[in-house]
Amino acid sequence: MTHAHGSTGSSHAKAPAGAKGSPIAIGTKVVMDEAGLASLITLLTKVGYQPIGPKARDGAIVYEEIESLSDLPVGFADEQEGGKYRLVAGTKGSFFEYLVGPTSWKRYLFPPTHKLWGAEQKGNGFEIDKAKADVPAYAFIGVRSCELNAMKIQDKVFGFGREDNNGAGIFSDPNYVARRSKALIIAVNCSRAGKTCFCTSMGGDPHVKEDQGFDLALTEFAPQQTHEFMVEVGSERGRLILELLPYRAVTSHDTDRAASQARKARSEMGRKMPPDIKDVLKRNLDHKRWDDVASRCLSCANCTMVCPTCFCSTVQDSTNLTGEKTERTRSWDSCFSVDFSYIHGGAIRPETKSRYRQWMTHKLSNWHEQYGSSGCVGCGRCITWCPVGIDITEEARVIKTTGK
Amino acid sequence: MTEAAPTKKKHHCTCHSGDASPMHPRPFKVVKIWKELSDTFSMSLVPEDGQPIVFAPGQFNMLYVFGVGEVPISVSGDPTDLSTLVHTTRAVGNVSRALDALKEGMSVGVRGPFGTVWPLDIAEGKDLVFVAGGIGLAPLRPVIYQAMAYRHKYRNLAILYGARTPEDILFDKELLRWKARFDIDVQVTVDRSTGDWAGRVGLVTKLVECGGFDPANTVAYTCGPEVMMLHVVDSLHKRGVPHDRIYLSMERNMKCGVGFCGHCQWGTSFVCRDGPVFRFDTIADDLKVREL
Repeated sequence: MTHAHGSTGSSHAKAPAGAKGSPIAIGTKVVMDEAGLASLITLLTKVGYQPIGPKARDGAIVYEEIESLSDLPVGFADEQEGGKYRLVAGTKGSFFEYLVGPTSWKRYLFPPTHKLWGAEQKGNGFEIDKAKADVPAYAFIGVRSCELNAMKIQDKVFGFGREDNNGAGIFSDPNYVARRSKALIIAVNCSRAGKTCFCTSMGGDPHVKEDQGFDLALTEFAPQQTHEFMVEVGSERGRLILELLPYRAVTSHDTDRAASQARKARSEMGRKMPPDIKDVLKRNLDHKRWDDVASRCLSCANCTMVCPTCFCSTVQDSTNLTGEKTERTRSWDSCFSVDFSYIHGGAIRPETKSRYRQWMTHKLSNWHEQYGSSGCVGCGRCITWCPVGIDITEEARVIKTTGK
Repeated sequence: MTEAAPTKKKHHCTCHSGDASPMHPRPFKVVKIWKELSDTFSMSLVPEDGQPIVFAPGQFNMLYVFGVGEVPISVSGDPTDLSTLVHTTRAVGNVSRALDALKEGMSVGVRGPFGTVWPLDIAEGKDLVFVAGGIGLAPLRPVIYQAMAYRHKYRNLAILYGARTPEDILFDKELLRWKARFDIDVQVTVDRSTGDWAGRVGLVTKLVECGGFDPANTVAYTCGPEVMMLHVVDSLHKRGVPHDRIYLSMERNMKCGVGFCGHCQWGTSFVCRDGPVFRFDTIADDLKVREL
């Protein structure tokens, strides 16, 4: 896999179909059709990106490697509720009417498991193999606004692009930083919101803002006579790519249509987080609700696995049969497992009650001190994918209304 | 070793020589390994790459045994010695037992140093009190060395130490040597007397209650089991040492050492990065919460 940046060579260039004479810049909006989107995916592959996008698999929309437009899910929407996710028929022919599913882009920037290093025995000692693995250049297609916010949050955790003092101290995670800096981001605005969505109460919005860190952002105009996508340029990389694609100029009808989509999605938010939850939780570490939620929580860790910001990990050393070679892999871990907090003699948080409290107070409260923002973006995954339908917004509401 | 010339400045930064990744252990040779107590051993390590070792008192390293795993261990050696790294470990788990089984000439992986330091700069012109329990003396020893190296900067210097039994007194010969000096007050107590022990019996808090220091003008450093430290803080406070002049070293499940893995989270802190040394008043509320 080659580095993709800057390699959008002129050999791939085709004359853009329209809008000549008005040069595109960051912030420019244009409109392309399905063929334009198809060329975009082809172009990304040609210049060395591995496109990752939505696919319908096992009854859910997941993010996987895609090759062409035909891999995208067509005509799907979803119904989500606490503990419930169902794919249903959406607008015929649409690509992006579904909302966030069980996967998040985190699995490509911070893989569920990956090798940190290998080592080999040499005489009385050993040698660490520090060879850096080649990191793929991904092109993420279909990143939602809440997911862009989640990436920014993980950037702070892993020390990528540290423009402020909040974050992982002096260290950076080389693997994350390499993957993140290569990744190209094609965002998609939400045309609707689900019953477990609450991005607007976490400071987000169903439509991306220009400084949110995307290269291109799509707004899908679901098929009527035409199937079109308004494309906004978010970066120089995005501009270079768009210049090689066919598009037409944007009209006020297009921008109005996008704006009304955003208004509709905002008005549909199914859940809401109390705005002062950070301080509410700090005052209520001894609230009886923690016992109540512990009686329902299975400690299964689903919420942490689907969360796009949860970053906990563990390492495992495995050695070959002769004991001469060993390697260390890092895998996702969860604060819901008992041995997560183990120190000689026992776990610090043996009870489900304290583990749920750790997860929720970390996400909604302590995160602010650690990284300067909430750790929650309001995507609702933890509610949808909780097998018993525990709803973080409901727990927050009850603690707020009945606590100190 | 203990009287080394005071040439080294305080290092707050953790510097990994020549390796961009904080994830890769750096191989060190075991030059000496020796028993301290029945379950406790020390080893001195030198880096195979020959680069100097820079750490500040209070910091810890992740020690890696080939094919076995890693454990966080505080540095127990002299911070003014840039060539040798000394760690004192109690063999209580898989990795620490594997460390114990190493022989001279074998290799250990080292990641670090990580974490915050025992601050001495704020203690100039004041009394210093070090209160340790059990193996908690090991993480304090580097700062004791440092205080001795700059002895003239401080007034009274007291080391108050509690062990379970006389057989469990760590660094006993060194404590005796320090006790023999005219400028250090060393007091030792045991929980339970055995053999012909004729010294003090009782909790280390008793030593705090009668220790010779001026509470209003003291900085205290304590390390030991969490419950012991809480009682020590209580006793210090009762004598009049303010909460913002008491430092303690916390222990949690440190795994990555750099604030990525989440295992050592405690309230708003990552103990590996924001600790292990904390000023008491900054964590007083967290210490009150069960299973935080």
